[in-house]
Amino acid sequence: MKLITAILKPFKLDDVREAVAEVGVQGVTVTEVRGFGRQRGHTEIYRGAEYVVEFVPKTKIEIAVEDSLVDQVIEAISKSARTGNVGDGKIFVVDLAQVVRIRTGERGGSAI
Amino acid sequence: MSAVWADDAPAPTVPVLVGFDKINSGDTAWMLTSVALVLLMTIPGLALFYGGMVRKKNVLATLMQSFAITCIVTILWWLIGYSWAFTPGSSPYLVGGATRFLLNGMVYQHDAMRLTVSHLGVTIPETVYCMFQLTFAIITPALIAGSFADRMKFSSMLVFISIWSLIVYCPIAHWVWEPSGWLAVKGVLDFAGGTVVHINAGIAGLASCLVLGKRVGYPKESMPPHNLTLTLVGASLLWVGWFGFNAGSAVAADGRAGMAMAVTQIATAAAALGWMFAEWISKGKPSVLGIASGAVAGLVAITPASGFVGPTPAVAIGAVAGVMCFLAATSLKSALGYDDSLDAFGVHCIGGIVGALLTGVFASKEISGSDGSVLTQLWGVGTTLVYGFSVSFIILKVIDITMGLRVTEEQEREGLDISLHGERVE
Repeated sequence: MKLITAILKPFKLDDVREAVAEVGVQGVTVTEVRGFGRQRGHTEIYRGAEYVVEFVPKTKIEIAVEDSLVDQVIEAISKSARTGNVGDGKIFVVDLAQVVRIRTGERGGSAI
Repeated sequence: MSAVWADDAPAPTVPVLVGFDKINSGDTAWMLTSVALVLLMTIPGLALFYGGMVRKKNVLATLMQSFAITCIVTILWWLIGYSWAFTPGSSPYLVGGATRFLLNGMVYQHDAMRLTVSHLGVTIPETVYCMFQLTFAIITPALIAGSFADRMKFSSMLVFISIWSLIVYCPIAHWVWEPSGWLAVKGVLDFAGGTVVHINAGIAGLASCLVLGKRVGYPKESMPPHNLTLTLVGASLLWVGWFGFNAGSAVAADGRAGMAMAVTQIATAAAALGWMFAEWISKGKPSVLGIASGAVAGLVAITPASGFVGPTPAVAIGAVAGVMCFLAATSLKSALGYDDSLDAFGVHCIGGIVGALLTGVFASKEISGSDGSVLTQLWGVGTTLVYGFSVSFIILKVIDITMGLRVTEEQEREGLDISLHGERVE
């Protein structure tokens, strides 16, 4: 099992949700986050006072999947989240040691 | 008790009793409306204008300042303020008399069919004139809050505003507006309060941000406005309410009120555009905060001139004020290094000075019956700057030494909403 974490442009969230649902993903956790990468921040000016906003608003999604689905999900996220501009985001994949469904106590792949 | 004003007597110089038939219902209706409009400028207009500009942790404290000032100045006005500002006193250089303390003698007598009128507005009930002037006495100290936002103790603010209202606002209103006041006698023109309200509030703001010092973290930490929607709504309410402020200052529903209203609208638009283009050219983008600030600068600058000038000078007054206040709030503030949090000095004092001096340039005899003189106007501007700054500075210093003026650094970091009022918005 793998945990796929992706950082997205916020307005791409709905497209990504649809794309991963199509390849069989059953659940996604979404968090609003801020951060910086190569996109850097932007400048805001209020009555002449300049504020550099270093952390750009982003959306983070987390998806737990069986190993067999990993490549398809990565493909789906990459395609649906891409605009071709700097700041499109990143995908991180890590091994997932265990998954538990709280309601039934199921463990492993069947709990995803 | 007031004297009765007989039909053949000369114009009164003190409040007098008149018969019901002396009251003009058109004038009275407009002035009743103006009272409501000008009160609307402070609550919620100014409260929202300022409330949107502060950080989220201070929004309730900022709204609270406007609201509490409204209440406390009302009580002081009843007690002392109206009498000191708008009745003749023993000397033109001091305050007015004590005859209207507790609004004593301001009457409406149903059976005798008589009521009192102020000598400053003989066609409307004195009650209406007194309430109209109260709304000016309210907004003036509320404007100062723009300079001391985010860091003054609430208790100290109440003490400061109370003393300031009585020993700074009342004397200056008396000198400029009460016909026996020495600046009125000199011929200083201030139709609706460019000097009495705006220069006065702005210079007190400068004194307060100098005595208080900068906000913790200023200018290193970013302190962007938390909700410019509130600010734009507030600026819009100020604009609408200002028709009561300026056109109401005719104290009549007449042609001069109409001209005051027209020039108010035109100057405001010119100033908003002036600020917007100045910012667009120098900083790259036309901002919402910029156009709203420019509108307020224009309203301030046309205030002394409305009632004295025509539409074309209004465009000039507005445009100059928009650009000058933009420069004051951006370049002057950063060059001199004081922390005028919401630019009460930069907008109200600078805009007020621009308006007062240009009133001297553009005042039209055809409209007002009096020619302006920049030299005479300088007396009003200079007196207000010197008296207002020094007395405000002393009051603030004394409060600072005796009860402390500023919240602790910890309270300031936490935000005034929680630390002073035990509430917050989420």
